[in-house]
Amino acid sequence: MTSTPFVRHNAPSWYEASARERVRGLLDAGSFKEFIGPEQRETSPHLGIFDLPRQFDDGIVVGRGKLSGKPVFVAAQEGRFMGGAFGEVHGAKLTGLLRAARDAKSIPVLILFDTGGVRLQEANAGELAIGEIMRALLEARRAGAKVIGLIGGRAGCYGGGGLLAGCCSALAVSEHGRIAVSGPEVIETNRGVEEFDSKDRSLVWRTMGGKNRRLIGGADAFVDDTIEAFRAAALFLIERAPAFGLDVLKAEQARLAERLNRFGACADGLDIWKQEGIVDAASVPGMSAEDFTALANRIREPRYDAR
Amino acid sequence: MTDWRKGQGARDARIRAGAKFAKGKIVEARDATALLESVILPGDRVCLEGDNQKQADLLAGALAAVDVGKVHDLHMVQSGVVLPEHLDIFETGVAKRLDYAFSGPQSTRIAKMLFGGKIELGAVHTYLELFARYFIDLTPNVALIVAISADRDGNLYTGPNTEDTPTVVEATTFKDGVVIAQVNEIVDKVPRVDIPGDRVNFVVKSDKPFYVEPLFTRDPGAVTEAQILTAMLAIKGIYEPYGVRRLNHGIGFNTAAIELLLPTYGERLGLKGKVATHFALNPHPTLIPAIESGWVQQIHSFGGEVGMEDYIRARPDIYFTGPDGSLRSNRAFCQTAGLYACDMFIGSTLQIDLLGNSSTVTTSRIAGFGGAPNMGSDARGRRHPSDPWLQAGKEADPDSPAALRRGRKLVVQIVESFGDKNVPTFVEKLDALELAEKLGLKLAPVMVYADDVTHIVSEAGIANLLLCRTKDEREQAIRGVAGYTDVGRGRDKKMVQHLRERGVVRWPEDLGIDPLEADRSLLAARSIEDLVQWSGGLYAAPSRFRNW
Amino acid sequence: METFSYRHKAERRSTGSKAQAIIGVVASGNLEVLVERVLPDTECQVEVSTPITGFGSVWEAVITDFVERRSPGGLKLSINDGGARADTVALRLAQAVRLIEEEGR
Repeated sequence: MTSTPFVRHNAPSWYEASARERVRGLLDAGSFKEFIGPEQRETSPHLGIFDLPRQFDDGIVVGRGKLSGKPVFVAAQEGRFMGGAFGEVHGAKLTGLLRAARDAKSIPVLILFDTGGVRLQEANAGELAIGEIMRALLEARRAGAKVIGLIGGRAGCYGGGGLLAGCCSALAVSEHGRIAVSGPEVIETNRGVEEFDSKDRSLVWRTMGGKNRRLIGGADAFVDDTIEAFRAAALFLIERAPAFGLDVLKAEQARLAERLNRFGACADGLDIWKQEGIVDAASVPGMSAEDFTALANRIREPRYDAR
Repeated sequence: MTDWRKGQGARDARIRAGAKFAKGKIVEARDATALLESVILPGDRVCLEGDNQKQADLLAGALAAVDVGKVHDLHMVQSGVVLPEHLDIFETGVAKRLDYAFSGPQSTRIAKMLFGGKIELGAVHTYLELFARYFIDLTPNVALIVAISADRDGNLYTGPNTEDTPTVVEATTFKDGVVIAQVNEIVDKVPRVDIPGDRVNFVVKSDKPFYVEPLFTRDPGAVTEAQILTAMLAIKGIYEPYGVRRLNHGIGFNTAAIELLLPTYGERLGLKGKVATHFALNPHPTLIPAIESGWVQQIHSFGGEVGMEDYIRARPDIYFTGPDGSLRSNRAFCQTAGLYACDMFIGSTLQIDLLGNSSTVTTSRIAGFGGAPNMGSDARGRRHPSDPWLQAGKEADPDSPAALRRGRKLVVQIVESFGDKNVPTFVEKLDALELAEKLGLKLAPVMVYADDVTHIVSEAGIANLLLCRTKDEREQAIRGVAGYTDVGRGRDKKMVQHLRERGVVRWPEDLGIDPLEADRSLLAARSIEDLVQWSGGLYAAPSRFRNW
Repeated sequence: METFSYRHKAERRSTGSKAQAIIGVVASGNLEVLVERVLPDTECQVEVSTPITGFGSVWEAVITDFVERRSPGGLKLSINDGGARADTVALRLAQAVRLIEEEGR
């Protein structure tokens, strides 16, 4: 009998990991100090009304640590608690972290997005939180802190989370990751199944998934589904992500206008990829992370004068 | 004078009536209903495929559309009640009586219709048993079958999903029945002849490929820690000590976990080549890592599995394939193999009582039996010995002289003590009994009987019923692995302790297994994508299982 | 929501020096366990908050077995349950103790 041709890598999967496991694997060993940890029991003041269970950290872990010896702030959403959705306390923790980054000026922030958006049960507080977070995020960037989004969990990065991702200095995404504002079911309900069949997983990923986001410039780095790959991408993006100012915003606006021009008539991710000159567009979804990253780098070197 | 050729006369008349709609044997799809109205007589016994996996969906639709004035009160004999049309015909009066084996997808509606008196139930069978009756007292007058392709002579290619067709055709054709086949396409030459043309009377080409679902694909991403723990217990506590090489896995996440643990946990225990070498099994994608790692020598299959076709073509040393290279499955022979040529059946269930009877019936759903009662039964007609079989026989009956002591097939029920929605698996009284009362059935629908069950595995441990000497011991052995259910908490603690000392009950720590070890990192594949990679890209996972 | 509180005597102190640990996620079929080293060496306490009512006797049985098996002396374990099965609860409690006893994390 021949030896095993495929050896499953034992590197821990980002997708399978909890928020805490991602933080632990991402940062230098033993360097993480949590702010407002679970023992503080800062839980949601609203979920009890609905007879829903609370989580001690309200579904987000925030704190500081080291990445290759250099200080970073970290926020990691737990995608399996309430779909990673923003509530009052959850949102406030992220707002507070970003304000600390604004005051510290030069310490980068890593946001490990894993969210379906705002919690229905805390809709008002959640929407307000998104607004506050957006302001705090941009103030932090203006003060000199890079804000890097890492996306590859079960819930994706939707709704208010998708808006926040758009405000980041740079994004890294894996194959599992999805980035959008409206979710597939919402689009189908509002526009009909012919417009978007939310049960067609292949379509969902061609549209919102990590590979398309990388190819269309919605994310800056594409990584394998491992914690170590996200760590490497975080280090890379912290170095290369642009500073923030009016000229960057203008470049970003121009980039988006050009993108709309180029791809606005495309009906499907496949059409976009063909437009970009990818010869066998249909093979993109099935490509290995390694082959895809090489392809993506050939097609489009991430542009750092925008975002 | 006695007419000894009534059957032939009737058959010839049916064929003449149907020939009006045929060019040679070929009938247009739009004439299917008219064909059925001319060939089928009121009160006929009709077999509609109705297999576990593939469905003759065009013919089912055509039958549902017949004029009930012309075709009514049919006696349906079929393996599976799967499509809505299979039950629609009872609503309209086209059909009246039913004998079948499996109704998973229609389990709620069929329960309602049985309670409502819309269906006259003959009996619920296990597959092999129903096939057997096709030859004795349930022989079809008309068989509505499904194949991939046909040539103009009616030779059929049934391909990977051959399943029940040869058996159905054998019984029908050779007892003066009429065989009507729906096919995806008509070709000049079929890739191989699965059903010879002289057994087929009419062929209808469908506009779209026949219905077939991937029923045997389990996403490794959904395997839980509890399922991994039960799998570890089964491998170390049963596969290893009995040295089980020839076996069948009933479908489920518990057995999928076992398949995914062979290359890792099984390897760690040094079991490659010693266990799980010969399978009666559908082409489970979750067995790919074990096959690729050299664990498996041979597999015979009941049916196919959507997405596995190319992988099977590339592994003819493992699977049964024809000269054309594609899988050849056969449910009747695979069920026979499971009965006589396997030393163990291991599968899951929904309820187990204090004797060890197991059932999948609840008061609102009747799923039928499928193949489990057959695979999970001790074959008393078996005569050839094997080590696991003899060992089990010795455990059951240590005192008889060895030369007169037959062996026992290992029949293992593997469960979690609480099922979906925290409903306990272990119960004092099976729902099946209540159902029997409600429906006036002579027998409660039991899937595996207590006297066939040899072991029960839950996350709480393994109960070896072969070693139980009294009814009390048996009850306490079951309670001893019933975890925190009412049944488990009601155990006699002292007695269970004694049973543990005797090895009748073994908890994880008795087998040197720490539940904390039961971790998803032990799985050889943790996602559908991993399985695709293991197969070298040959496994084409159906779209519902992938993002690409 | 139902809440339970159990106080037990433990045979010996849970080993290790970590002050606290946390495991699990509040989701369907799952639970989180926060464990804090805040009690005297031979005492332990388990607090449960659960949206699934009527399983008090099962919680009690699971926790009693856990205390006997793992001897969590000095530990307070606080549970937010998302509707987990009894064996999952037992597993998480054991994982929590293992985590707080682990050195160097």
